[in-house]
Amino acid sequence: MSRDPRIAAPARAGVPITIAGVTKHYRAARGGDVHALSEIDLAIAAGEFVSIVGPSGCGKSTLLMLIAGLIPPTAGAIEVGGARVGGAVGNVAIVFQRDVLLDWRTVLGNVLLPVEIKKLDPATHRRKARDLLRSVGLADFEEKYPGELSGGMRQRVAICRALVQDPGLLLMDEPFGALDALTREQMNLDLQRMWLRDRNTVLFITHSIEEAVLLSDRVVVMSSRPGRIADIVANELPRPRGAHTRSEPGFVEHVERVRRHFLALGVLSET
Amino acid sequence: MTTIATDASAPTSALAGFINRNGPVLAIVAIIFALWEAAVRALDVPDYLLPSPSVIAAKIVVSWQLLLVNAFVTLEEILLGFSLSVLIAVPLAVAAVYSRIFERVAFPFMVSLQTIPKVALAPILVIWFGYGILPKVMVAFLISFFPIVINSVIGMRSAEREMIYLVQSMGAGELTTFLKIRLPKALPSIFGGLKVGIGQAVVGATVGEFIAAEHGLGYLQLVSQVRLDTPLLFAAVVVLSLLGVLLFHVIALIERIALPWSRVATEVVE
Repeated sequence: MSRDPRIAAPARAGVPITIAGVTKHYRAARGGDVHALSEIDLAIAAGEFVSIVGPSGCGKSTLLMLIAGLIPPTAGAIEVGGARVGGAVGNVAIVFQRDVLLDWRTVLGNVLLPVEIKKLDPATHRRKARDLLRSVGLADFEEKYPGELSGGMRQRVAICRALVQDPGLLLMDEPFGALDALTREQMNLDLQRMWLRDRNTVLFITHSIEEAVLLSDRVVVMSSRPGRIADIVANELPRPRGAHTRSEPGFVEHVERVRRHFLALGVLSET
Repeated sequence: MTTIATDASAPTSALAGFINRNGPVLAIVAIIFALWEAAVRALDVPDYLLPSPSVIAAKIVVSWQLLLVNAFVTLEEILLGFSLSVLIAVPLAVAAVYSRIFERVAFPFMVSLQTIPKVALAPILVIWFGYGILPKVMVAFLISFFPIVINSVIGMRSAEREMIYLVQSMGAGELTTFLKIRLPKALPSIFGGLKVGIGQAVVGATVGEFIAAEHGLGYLQLVSQVRLDTPLLFAAVVVLSLLGVLLFHVIALIERIALPWSRVATEVVE
């Protein structure tokens, strides 16, 4: 574990989330109603790392949008940091599967985008942005354009862009889904290191059961149409976790438990 | 960064680089001119039918003042028509992206108007606006307007949904989203439209001069035609072409300076 001592403790610690009876209906493009989420109840503690796994169309991404306040729920209420969500939440940062870097800005310019939009202090955040880039091995790439970076590097920049805001809550929607397996493993370790340092609350959506178990305090298993919580698997394996964790009995057990749900749901089939 | 630094620090290699990049094209042009020259001389083709490149070049040297004066007239019409296009097309594109009525009604209507041959309107414009500069500017405007407006709309719609969500999650309003995302994202596409549009503006101004004019390269061509002064006709074509190429490259240069990242992106793709 290489911790960078120059990065100060986060100004804000993680914030708790409460999701109570949240239901979401969409009006589909071809008419008719899509029942995306049904009666979701979930409480996430401050500084907790929670993953959501589920089949495509189980409403994982919808839930994330709802928590970020980008779309309103049909019924129910969401609180982030004790305040009810209505419209975009200031204390939340999002990382998408696509890095959505702005091609016309340098790497450093991309990381500083939220600083500009939120009108945060430029000098201190510029320093923080540089420290973050250095901590993910991109110190020499500050002045490069995203077009010159590899997929893994681009996603690292996207994560730095999220973390520069000191978010109390970090929402990640399959952030490593487009990366190759090796890069993905490295990104998992990097993310764990940054989370152990900052302890913001993380809600992490993934298709990978192993990734979810490796990173999380709890894994939320969802079923689809309408999206419901099928199970919540608590995971107290010691941290930092790494390659060695994957062979531990506890890890294998958790992975099996989640996988059995998918078999039961018919998402996975052994025949 | 590094590429920009090398470009600036090695001005002597700029010419070498130009020849390197455009060598094949220059060679082909040289071969065509050489064959043309040889064929005209060998077959003894009269100048009024097809002047040789050397005769055209000589004509340009002798008549440079006449050509230059008329070129400036045409240039003025082109630039006025083109500027009018940009000033109207880009704000209209913004309106089309942000307003439902514009998107659903005005924009499709405009696109259907695109099928009208604008050149065919030139005689009408002469009746309305007289023999002065105005009808030429109007034709240049009409003909360069559509590529600019359509490319601008496509560009402003090209921002991914996640990109918009991202800045909204940071608390950005519509204006910030436009300035930080939609507009910069649209710039490569807008420049694409400008590059097509400037060429069209040259066509528009020239055609406008064909209909009714007392100055300009198009007018000079008509006069040369009547006098059967074919070398001068060709000389006017050469100057018009140079004008078009020059204007295109001015826009390309502005694009390179304004969007250094765009070059980076294409280089990586290559």
